[in-house]
Amino acid sequence: MDLRIDVTTSGEWSVVQVGGEVDVATAPRLRERLVDLVNHGRHRLVLDLGAVGFIDSTGLGVLIGVLKRIRTVDGSLRLVLVEPHVRKVFEITGLDGVFAIHPTLDDAVGP
Amino acid sequence: MTDCRPLHEGPPVDQPALDGAELVELELPARPEVVAIARLVVVALADDDPAFDAERAGDIRLAVSEACTNAIEAHLARGDGAPVLLRCWRSPAELRVAVRDCGGGFDLDAAVRPADLTEPSRLDYEGGLGIPLIRLLTDRVEFRRHDDGTEVVMTFGPANATGRIGP
Repeated sequence: MDLRIDVTTSGEWSVVQVGGEVDVATAPRLRERLVDLVNHGRHRLVLDLGAVGFIDSTGLGVLIGVLKRIRTVDGSLRLVLVEPHVRKVFEITGLDGVFAIHPTLDDAVGP
Repeated sequence: MTDCRPLHEGPPVDQPALDGAELVELELPARPEVVAIARLVVVALADDDPAFDAERAGDIRLAVSEACTNAIEAHLARGDGAPVLLRCWRSPAELRVAVRDCGGGFDLDAAVRPADLTEPSRLDYEGGLGIPLIRLLTDRVEFRRHDDGTEVVMTFGPANATGRIGP
């Protein structure tokens, strides 16, 4: 399963649109890309997982790592979650209380 | 290459036998890419049984993905090329999935340390969510040591998992 990662800009936000499945095979690429963005000064990230059909604990680990990194530079990370299975993973792990979660990209890049 | 097959066939655990259960079995090379294949197999089995709805199929997909990931990582950590064995027994409204590795076993006590939901310590669990997730998503689960590794046996009924991982 391939993972698609596209980075665009919306106002002050860097928008990372991810599509596919985030698991042990694909998570390292996502981690690498996100860490690279943060290291290049992109400290306000929207991670749009609207086209992600599956994420497991390996993928969650990547997101937690990036959130920690962003916090150390006083940045901000917002997630867009749409797919019900993906939303459920955040709910049952309690991570819906840790991440700023938005239902749409427009909402995430808003004020 | 070590053979990871069990000495005895049949459901591996002290759980009630599934009468007339059909067995679907796959040997998966210990590579990260094959976890997606394991997910496809179990979702196909769940989708085929009207007792399981789409949400429950998602629960099963996640639990099996976690178990296969652990198994494959155990093999990769050891650097051996033995395949992981995935066995699924299905009978109406029940699916049992066993994931068997020969990765030398893992420290289950350390792995099941409950995740703390409170901030900011929640962020300390960058890893270690896999086994709590498996416990939450299954009706029944056993982690069984064998001579050379671990077998995780998960039984799923039709009811969707609810609740949260917590201490």
